Amino acid sequence: MFDDFFIRALIAGLGIALVTGPLGCFVVWRRLSYFGDTLAHSALLGVTLAYSFELNIALSVFIISSLIALILIQLQKKTNLPGDALLGLLAHSSLAVGLVVIGFLTFIRFDIMGLLFGDILAVTTDDLLIIWTGGAVILLVLKLIWKPLFASTVNYELAEAEGLNPDRAKAIFTILMAAVIAISIKMVGLLLITGMLIIPAAMARNISNSPQKMVLFSIIGGLLSVLLGLFSSLEFNTSSGPSIIMASLILFILSLLNIKQSIKLKN
Amino acid sequence: MSSENSTLIKLNNAGFKQNDKWLVEGVSLTVEKGKIVTLIGPNGSGKSTTAKIALGIYKNIEGSVEKYTNKVGYVPQKISIDWTLPLRVYDFMLLTENIKDEAIDEALTLTGVIHLKNKNLGNLSGGEFQRVLIARAISKKPELLVLDEPVQGVDYTGEIALYELIKRISDTLNCGILLISHDLHTVMTATDHVVCLNGHVCCSGSPMDVAKNNEYKTLFGEQASQILSVYEHKHDHVHSDKGEIKKN
Repeated sequence: MFDDFFIRALIAGLGIALVTGPLGCFVVWRRLSYFGDTLAHSALLGVTLAYSFELNIALSVFIISSLIALILIQLQKKTNLPGDALLGLLAHSSLAVGLVVIGFLTFIRFDIMGLLFGDILAVTTDDLLIIWTGGAVILLVLKLIWKPLFASTVNYELAEAEGLNPDRAKAIFTILMAAVIAISIKMVGLLLITGMLIIPAAMARNISNSPQKMVLFSIIGGLLSVLLGLFSSLEFNTSSGPSIIMASLILFILSLLNIKQSIKLKN
Repeated sequence: MSSENSTLIKLNNAGFKQNDKWLVEGVSLTVEKGKIVTLIGPNGSGKSTTAKIALGIYKNIEGSVEKYTNKVGYVPQKISIDWTLPLRVYDFMLLTENIKDEAIDEALTLTGVIHLKNKNLGNLSGGEFQRVLIARAISKKPELLVLDEPVQGVDYTGEIALYELIKRISDTLNCGILLISHDLHTVMTATDHVVCLNGHVCCSGSPMDVAKNNEYKTLFGEQASQILSVYEHKHDHVHSDKGEIKKN
């Protein structure tokens, strides 16, 4: 019925949505959307390195993004610049370095649009393996650090005082962010990954009254966005990333209608 | 009296410096099981800082903290919770430890806010939220409770009831309490040991000892000293089982 590439894209996309759902909730709660953007922008450099040295793309993106996260932590300690300025500095300079490096790699033909906005044709069977095993590991680790991470998201001092070690949880979460960007870059594209993290979670916030529900709705929203997005991408021949993000935007708008209705019902 | 194994936490000459300014220095105190230690002192005297040193929230401190328990309940003075989180009272109760439903209900009932269990935390009033904070801290059945102005914003009758509750918890759970309070009346009725801070320990001892101390008098005024002695006088008689007053 469908071509193989489309089936692969579906399996990949659904795997990504399972992971971005819960992680996205933390991105919203902890106000990390710009941080996510920064890591995603630096991913371009990771991709160019992967091509130059014939590495696996996910692996090299993961390494570069983690490195950028480490540099950010160091800069925060050593300078008095505000966090958003440092993030902007890292995001745009790593994007620029990535683009310049691409310019030098004249022997490779890059599909820049594919890199920036995702390409469902690019998903291979190997990628599926990386997405699903990587995704499973990310979710498992997130489950292990859930308690300290969530507690310190609510209140850092309570978590620290009652012996939960929030600093370690935060460091591990940063690595998970780099990992989720690494596994989803091919599919969603580096300019739109943060949207995949934030929009389903934001939609879920509108319709949930507890953290567990928000995570659940965020996952469901992500899965629906991937399904809707990929089918319309096939139908209208659009890039996969924008199509998925637009689908999630539509769900977000629907969740706003839901709020208005429930307010009306209360009155 | 102070056997080593009943010690829960011990500060040895502890202090904390921020931006080259001492917030508090040279604090030594011990909290033991079943005992209430109260920190008093004017604003900015380092009470909350001392609590945070004891709890390990401040790193890079001077001196040392010896901690003999991991079961800690904390009621912070200021708490800023981000309302981007959908969080009910029930979820908040489970924040740092998985507690059984019965224990949650019990604690919320004790502090008088069981009816708010499924309410969103963001919709509570200041006093209600304070009661939830206390309920959360005691529901863990901690060995050490650190209460930083625990009844702020609570109505007057509630205040008295909550202090009674705190005293009762210290007895029933046999837990040690480090209490920060502005309310000198409370300090005198319930406390075993008072530490008077003003950037450093200006005096410490039993409530009566502190009341007599000259530094305390200059810090709080003669009147405060009299409050102390009024309460101390209560102890010159005991109540028999039938409620009759017996003179010592």
